[in-house]
Amino acid sequence: MLIKGPPDIRSSEITPESLYRSRRRFLKSAALTVGGVALASSRVFARLQDPTFKRGKPGPYDTTEDLTEYEDITTYNNFYEFGTGKEDPHENAGTLKTSPWTVKVEGEVKKPGSFALEDLLKGQTMEDRIYRLRCVEGWSMVIPWFGFPIANLIKRFEPTSRAKYVEFVTLLDPKQMPGQRVKVLDWPYTEGLRMDEAMHPLAIFATGLYGAPLPNQNGAPLRIVVPWKYGFKSAKSIVAIRFVERQPETTWHLAAPDEYGFYSNVNPSVDHPRWSQKTERRIGDFFKRKTEMFNGYADQVGSLYAGMDLRKNF
Amino acid sequence: MDLTSRVNAVLRMPWIKVPVAVACLLPITLLVTGAFAGTLSANPIDDITDGTGTWTLRFILITLAVTPVRQLTGLNGLIRYRRMLGLFAFFYGSLHFLTYLWLDQFFDLSSIVADIPKRPFITVGFTSYVLMVPLALTSADRIARWMGGRRWAALHRTVYLTAVGGVVHYLWLVKADIRAPLVYGGILAVLLAYRIVRAWRRRFARRA
Repeated sequence: MLIKGPPDIRSSEITPESLYRSRRRFLKSAALTVGGVALASSRVFARLQDPTFKRGKPGPYDTTEDLTEYEDITTYNNFYEFGTGKEDPHENAGTLKTSPWTVKVEGEVKKPGSFALEDLLKGQTMEDRIYRLRCVEGWSMVIPWFGFPIANLIKRFEPTSRAKYVEFVTLLDPKQMPGQRVKVLDWPYTEGLRMDEAMHPLAIFATGLYGAPLPNQNGAPLRIVVPWKYGFKSAKSIVAIRFVERQPETTWHLAAPDEYGFYSNVNPSVDHPRWSQKTERRIGDFFKRKTEMFNGYADQVGSLYAGMDLRKNF
Repeated sequence: MDLTSRVNAVLRMPWIKVPVAVACLLPITLLVTGAFAGTLSANPIDDITDGTGTWTLRFILITLAVTPVRQLTGLNGLIRYRRMLGLFAFFYGSLHFLTYLWLDQFFDLSSIVADIPKRPFITVGFTSYVLMVPLALTSADRIARWMGGRRWAALHRTVYLTAVGGVVHYLWLVKADIRAPLVYGGILAVLLAYRIVRAWRRRFARRA
């Protein structure tokens, strides 16, 4: 007679993931608020819009922390091209036309040119990358991006030895991006990385999140994600990639040079001049948590900054 | 009876203060119900912090508008509401300060003590709030009589400092989009300019 042992299945695999996670969210909020029931039920309702996403085995770069709700990721972020309120991108990004989309590759490369997005993505192995995102304002999320390493694309253009930095430029079109009708920032939004930062395997181009195409408000159709830096370093809706010899001028640095440095690595021991960076509030949490050096990616990226004074190169 | 006297008659009805007070409680009611219903943003704690702060500033400006509006329109019945509006400014300011103490700092006293003098926008915000406390404490008629009108009025002029501090607090905390704090600053400038011009005119009239 065969005696079966207990099934080798965790409860999380039996319960549908969405239900499982909303139940956890329920417990969390019920413990924290008297009106937890109302809060949780509204979240469950909102979750119905989520793309079906199955969390696979964590890869070497993935965090195993709880994911931030799809609804939260897509309704709460900064994308000043669509307004300076945190819910503005969600409300106003409908006017962005992401197809056709062309990306210019310029500067110190052997193979410059203007490329259709499809051609850039051809041959790239796409993967889920579950990263922490830490905003310079003191809130954070855990986001399952979908994309590929920046290095895999950059290599194709054959940067020359003079390519020391790479610049990423966001679309400039006030018709599609109503926020650009006001000069809150010096448009177009320009961000940059040192070449070795851009080539680091953690730095990716993202075209999706939660396994679905990137919503416009999150930087469709092509953005970068640099998880050890404050969120604003990860340029969205990119139309130009420029390889340059000198450290490029970047948008937030231009807006407030003493507040936003070129590096802007997540660093709890270097405060923003106006507020502390020691703690952060993970969206969905009640209590704040400690911010980690390089947003918890110190083991992977720490060596990029060996010997650098991070207080000076903030 | 002309329109002004009719409106004044309504303003002087004893029970009309009740619906006004209820209206003043609407912002906090909406914030709290929104937090529980999940209709605020993904970061409801920030929404509550911002909301209580914004309404503090609004109630300060509304309170400061009472006298100019009364003098310009002859709606003298408005004066009945000034103290209540000022106390609501203090009420929202207290909630705002409490969200900072609780939801931002979690009552970590050493962190709060270090934070207040270190962050200019918090220093200014905190000072503005503290300046409101004596005004709230001396708002009762009996205390005002005990103090004497002149002294009471002199003390309550510090509300101008609180108002300026509130605008500066807002201006210093935004990242790049200073439009909203400038709107509040503009309204405050008009309310203060009105008083300065009026004081000048009276002095001029006396000399002439």
